[in-house]
Amino acid sequence: MNNVIEEKQNVVVKFAGDSGDGMQLVGTQFTNNTAAVGHDLGTFPDFPAEIRAPQGTLPGVSGFQIHFGSTSVYTPGDSCDVLVAMNAAALKSNLQNVQKGGILILNTSGFDTRNLKLSGYETNPLNEGELTGYLVYKIDITKLTREALLDVEMGVRDKDRSKNMFVLGFIYWLYNRKPENTIQFIEQKFKSKPEVKEANIKALKAGYNYGDITEAFSSRFKVKPAKMAPGTYRGITGNPALALGLIAAAQKSGLQLFYGTYPITPASDVLHELARHKNFGIKTFQAEDEIAAVCSAVGAAFGGNLGVTGTSGPGLALKAEAMGLAVMLELPLVILNVQRAGPSTGLPTKTEQSDLLQAYYGRNGECPMPIIASSTPSSCFDAAFQAVKIAIEHMTPVIVLSDGYIANGAEPWKFPKSADLGEINTKKVTSKENEEKFMPYLRDENLVRQWAVPGTEGFEHRIGGLEKDDITGNVSYDPDNHQKMVKIREAKIEKIADFIPEQNVDSGKEKGKVLVLGWGSTFGAIKSAVVDLLSEGYEVAHAHVTYIKPFPKNLGKLMSQFDKVLIPEINNGQLVRLIRDRYLIDAVPYNKIKGTPITKLELKEKILEVYSEIG
Amino acid sequence: MKIKAPVKRPAKPSSGQGQENGGLTSKNFVSGQEVRWCPGCGDYSILKQMQTVLPQIGVDKKDIVFISGIGCSSRFPYYLDTYGMHSIHGRAPAIASGLKATRPELSVWIVTGDGDGLSIGGNHMAHALRRNFDVNIMLFNNEIYGLTKGQYSPTSKMDTITKSTPLGSLDHPFNPAAFAMGADGTFIARSMDRDPKHLQAMLKRSHEHKGTSFLEIYQNCNIFNDGAFFDFSEKDRKMHNALFVEHGNPMVFGMENELGVRLDGTKPEVVKLSDGYALDDLWIHDEYDAIKSNILIRMESLNTTDQDVPRPFGVLFSAQRSNYEVLLEQQIDFAIGQKGKGDLDALIAGNETWVIE
Repeated sequence: MNNVIEEKQNVVVKFAGDSGDGMQLVGTQFTNNTAAVGHDLGTFPDFPAEIRAPQGTLPGVSGFQIHFGSTSVYTPGDSCDVLVAMNAAALKSNLQNVQKGGILILNTSGFDTRNLKLSGYETNPLNEGELTGYLVYKIDITKLTREALLDVEMGVRDKDRSKNMFVLGFIYWLYNRKPENTIQFIEQKFKSKPEVKEANIKALKAGYNYGDITEAFSSRFKVKPAKMAPGTYRGITGNPALALGLIAAAQKSGLQLFYGTYPITPASDVLHELARHKNFGIKTFQAEDEIAAVCSAVGAAFGGNLGVTGTSGPGLALKAEAMGLAVMLELPLVILNVQRAGPSTGLPTKTEQSDLLQAYYGRNGECPMPIIASSTPSSCFDAAFQAVKIAIEHMTPVIVLSDGYIANGAEPWKFPKSADLGEINTKKVTSKENEEKFMPYLRDENLVRQWAVPGTEGFEHRIGGLEKDDITGNVSYDPDNHQKMVKIREAKIEKIADFIPEQNVDSGKEKGKVLVLGWGSTFGAIKSAVVDLLSEGYEVAHAHVTYIKPFPKNLGKLMSQFDKVLIPEINNGQLVRLIRDRYLIDAVPYNKIKGTPITKLELKEKILEVYSEIG
Repeated sequence: MKIKAPVKRPAKPSSGQGQENGGLTSKNFVSGQEVRWCPGCGDYSILKQMQTVLPQIGVDKKDIVFISGIGCSSRFPYYLDTYGMHSIHGRAPAIASGLKATRPELSVWIVTGDGDGLSIGGNHMAHALRRNFDVNIMLFNNEIYGLTKGQYSPTSKMDTITKSTPLGSLDHPFNPAAFAMGADGTFIARSMDRDPKHLQAMLKRSHEHKGTSFLEIYQNCNIFNDGAFFDFSEKDRKMHNALFVEHGNPMVFGMENELGVRLDGTKPEVVKLSDGYALDDLWIHDEYDAIKSNILIRMESLNTTDQDVPRPFGVLFSAQRSNYEVLLEQQIDFAIGQKGKGDLDALIAGNETWVIE
């Protein structure tokens, strides 16, 4: 039949089901398809900490949200236009985020007595008036999938596992897409399991055809390709981007990459990604614990390699002492921290920006260390690359802050050519020019010492965690020397400000009423809110800090051009403290600590509130 | 019953006694830093034996690295003119792991103590041993915490009275060799500060072993635990209490080699040769026999007789097993063989790209 095709600018779709329903796979497949047709996009996977949380319950719901459109997309979207709910629990935990008038696609077999009870529904929302105001499509996805697979030789349980492909097929139809990329994916993935391959492809096609032949659906949607900068793109999530940035930096510096780590959510995918690329000469080491992980990277760095360790908040706490050692040794080291909600074990799969102060201060003694924060999935590549560059060229450990939201979120990435990446020069010594004793703590004009690695003749020396005498590096308990060395180590890090870009204004002018200053994964929400307000005529601007230690040299001056500085963060106020402390300005905090991102709408409200106080 | 001497022999040393390293002598390995151990400390002797052995092992000075943790023993690297790192408490094996994984050609020595290596760093010790990097661990055991001024350690005997245990320590001590055996170590040896020749021999064997060598060195702390090992180190008592084992040789000891150890099934017992036992009746040491080495290492705790059994010194166990760093390089070669050397631009582009005009 002929459906009306409605044109849309931006759409937010959420797939939600039991954690075993395959919603993450549906989400990533739809994302790849969306990218391939040229939309801008942002995604937000949201899953329980348990691998198989109790079926049918609210904590067991796994979701994948994708925002795509013909205009620029900065966030995965505040609320959804379409919710696919595979069971009652998925509906219950997501309904509040569906826009009034939005589409609900509900799997009726997921609303049986058992599912209703487990999700806490007293009456069946499919039958009651609870869903008025939404466009509800009730589809017995389980039954239709089984019917589509009638002649496939497999058990019912196995057939039911294909119902996610039915859903995906249907959504492809709804958004006027061709399902080819997913068919290719299935063929590749189940090469050795012909019956599983057949079942999945059949279910996918059945879902697509269902939309086509069922008269219940009067309209389909079309979204035009986005007007994006010309170039070659790929899709990327944050953790693989960190891994690629490290590999690129290793090649550019001519160093062997050693990644010592211990599995922890949500950082483990960096290890998984690096371990796949051993043909780049990468050595990955799954250590016995977080402490051994960072120590092994320190050992690799002492040996003249690119030593990197990665973790999340609790792991960073365990690594603190060894990071301090690296500060004392003045060896290059990169520490990735893919933050999650804390304290302690906290909410392991939920996002938070609450390790900034830990990264800044969380070590014994005066222990300064550069901090770089990524703000989007693709920016993780640059953050990792720049962290390596600073670590190697300034002989210091560097912390990269990412978070779970960036780590798992996807976006299109206009990726760079390796030839366009900057060079990275090591401070390695090669051969002795005179008979003089090597001075391990002799510094250049940027206060950077040389890197003499074992195997280099004539440079034999000892370093350690004890305070060292300036220049000679010998153990020293001299009071004046200690003060001098503390000051030198701090000055060395501050000097890095001469080598990093000045702070730019991302949206808006360099002067105005409210500057919204952000860092990390709040980028999309701040940008969308500020872009909206700018178009409404407000004098607002958005600046996003990538270099947090040291701050860009012009940051203070930039902030002084605004009446108010508002700092939204997914924590209890951390960057705001650093800014107040450093610049003595009355920056306004805005904090959300719910394990979820800040939305555009709530931020707009806050900006307007601050705006109205200026008068 | 006659016990057949095993045929396997320890590997021949790669460098013979006295072979000089490019004309270097022990003096070339003295760093010039003022040594700051207490006068009379056993560490001085260990340092001296190390400086004596280093010119003999056939490794360039520039390729030798000492990594230590924290404690009296861990000052060791400062006094040797090689590459060295005095790191943080307990973590030397972890740091050495990263170094050896990336620089397999280096000769890496880990210096630790009973507190550093078996208390705060016990975890890393166990994992280093099972991974079997080709590194050498020297564990200076003085059965006390010296640098923190005299608390009991994980190797202190029960009921040890110290400042932290005025009524005696309550915890059962580690037997370091048994710990290493439990972690599937591939080379386990014991020596002492006061027997320079034996210590030198054990340091050389540690170096020659292809894998993690674990050498426990009894070291006298003359300030906080003076005489803890005098039963084994002092002339008058040593012959009676210490059993120096050598592969393929019967276990004899005593002032005039009049005593021996034999195995009654799995039970070790001390016999007098004058009671009609021939050397062939005794336990012939086989350092490759894991079961017997376990008995040897635990001889004291397994002893059910009312006789004292001697404490064994020497190479108690050795085995051949693959080294982590070698396997790691093999994996990289394999990956390159399969996929070819990595192409950075192809990697950054990934599998699916699209073009916006």
